[in-house]
Amino acid sequence: MLNASLKQLSAMLAARKISSVELTSEFLKRSRALNPEYNAFITLDERTSLAQAQAADILIASGRGQPLTGIPIAQKDIFCTKGWLTTCGSKMLSNFISPYDAHVIGRFNAVAAVNIGKTNMDEFAMGSSNETSFYGPVKNPWDTAAVPGGSSGGSACAVAARMAPAATGTDTGGSIRQPAALCGISGLKPTYGLVSRYGMIAFASSLDQGGPMAKSAEDLALMLNVMAGFDARDSTSLERQPEDYTRDLEKPLDGLCIGLPKEYFVKEIDEDVARAVEAAIGQYRKLGAETVEVSLPNTKLSVPVYYVLAPAEASSNLSRFDGVRYGYRAPDYVDLNDMYRKTRAQGFGSEVKRRILIGTYVLSHGYYDAYYIQAQKLRRLMAQDFAEAFKQCDVIMGPTSPTVAFDLGERSSAPVQMYLSDAYTIAVNLAGLPAMSIPVGFGHKNRPVGLHIIGNYFAEAQMLNVAHQYQLESDWHTRMPKE
Amino acid sequence: MSLSLDDVKRVANLARLEISEDEARKALIQLSGIFDLIEQMQAVDTSAITPMSHAQDVMQRLRTDAVTEIDQRELFQSVAPQVEAGLYLVPKVIE
Repeated sequence: MLNASLKQLSAMLAARKISSVELTSEFLKRSRALNPEYNAFITLDERTSLAQAQAADILIASGRGQPLTGIPIAQKDIFCTKGWLTTCGSKMLSNFISPYDAHVIGRFNAVAAVNIGKTNMDEFAMGSSNETSFYGPVKNPWDTAAVPGGSSGGSACAVAARMAPAATGTDTGGSIRQPAALCGISGLKPTYGLVSRYGMIAFASSLDQGGPMAKSAEDLALMLNVMAGFDARDSTSLERQPEDYTRDLEKPLDGLCIGLPKEYFVKEIDEDVARAVEAAIGQYRKLGAETVEVSLPNTKLSVPVYYVLAPAEASSNLSRFDGVRYGYRAPDYVDLNDMYRKTRAQGFGSEVKRRILIGTYVLSHGYYDAYYIQAQKLRRLMAQDFAEAFKQCDVIMGPTSPTVAFDLGERSSAPVQMYLSDAYTIAVNLAGLPAMSIPVGFGHKNRPVGLHIIGNYFAEAQMLNVAHQYQLESDWHTRMPKE
Repeated sequence: MSLSLDDVKRVANLARLEISEDEARKALIQLSGIFDLIEQMQAVDTSAITPMSHAQDVMQRLRTDAVTEIDQRELFQSVAPQVEAGLYLVPKVIE
């Protein structure tokens, strides 16, 4: 049952072979047992989860169940969840019981899915290793000496260790895809605007996008069916007809054209990662796909552009944390300004402060054009690169991360090195495109390798088809780490 | 571009972050490394390119000017650090 797909669990629930209370209890028991070691969850609330499961059982009994009804889902602690502690991995929100639900949480509640707990994450989603969390680092279940990736490290760990059948994540520069790759699971960042950001604590608003994390592409499709949809409360939410993201899963891949950017297959990639990715692409050729070399000439600019735009937007978004309306307030201060300064100095961790300082600087008087406007212009160049590439191919593939999971502590003192490891994923957020990562093997020290699949705008159903067809022919996504 | 210790302190003040002398020195080293990376942007001629703010180039949606929120003041103030008589308390600003 731990390894069952969402479709299988849903069928078991519908056939009354198992109740949601039994299913939820089973995953809660496992989460309780494994969490002291992995630290994947910040909050587990057995009573609330089981009450939701009971309600789901009643709904299923009345014949009104939907595909995810009664299935336990782990929620990243960035999604405001009414009545639940919602910390965003920060001391600043360590006492924040959310008075309302994020749109995404509301969507899961509407189908009576069960919230099994709130997952650990890098503080305010700023990090690639889950080491910046106020609640301590998450361990990679494949190797507890390794990081799980970040920022959705707790969600990736929870799914990989089978503490939850599926989870939510958010992705600003790779925060769904990189931890999915490093933990050997599947993760999808949708087209910007597809999933509402309402109640999703903001990091960089023009890049942030929520998405699903699960074992397989088929599971991701079922999750996205619930998560995606227009919401008037998010001014960047796109008004589109609802889609069934499972509709193309079974299509054969004959004639699929895969673009391989020459800038992605370079010497900076570790040999073990390159080997696994090339083997996966070989498998795609056997499935009827053809490959073509494409070029994304401005790839190397993605990290510099991102480290202007994301901190700029973060410095503005995080100005709301002032110790007045919610969250942490410093115990001692002499006046209002001192209260702000001490509250923020004590409430934020060092990575968050670093990015606030960068953002404040690039937005300050005299520097705005040289940094922010220049970055916005380069962002368009990068989007144009992708548009050119998609004239020659249907999807683009490469490694999700240039290395397998690195050791805890290995890069935490070298921010620039940490930033550079996200080069492949960041460009996708800048362009607003959808992309995913699926497991395609193991590398150094038996740590997982992820394949990055980038699609054109709104091509989620096609990407899920591409991933699913590979997963029908491989078993990487069914592998479980030893306990 | 080279950043000075005074720049770091000025920016920390703008961002309302208390920073010690020691922290400012450490931040200066790390921020300088990050700005070296960011400087690569300046090598590209972008004079003919318009800035991109939204991936889909959509227009800002408008709505009718009508009240849509219900009054939830008590609920929202229940998570505030200090409230009294329905007001948020902060240190005195005007003598």
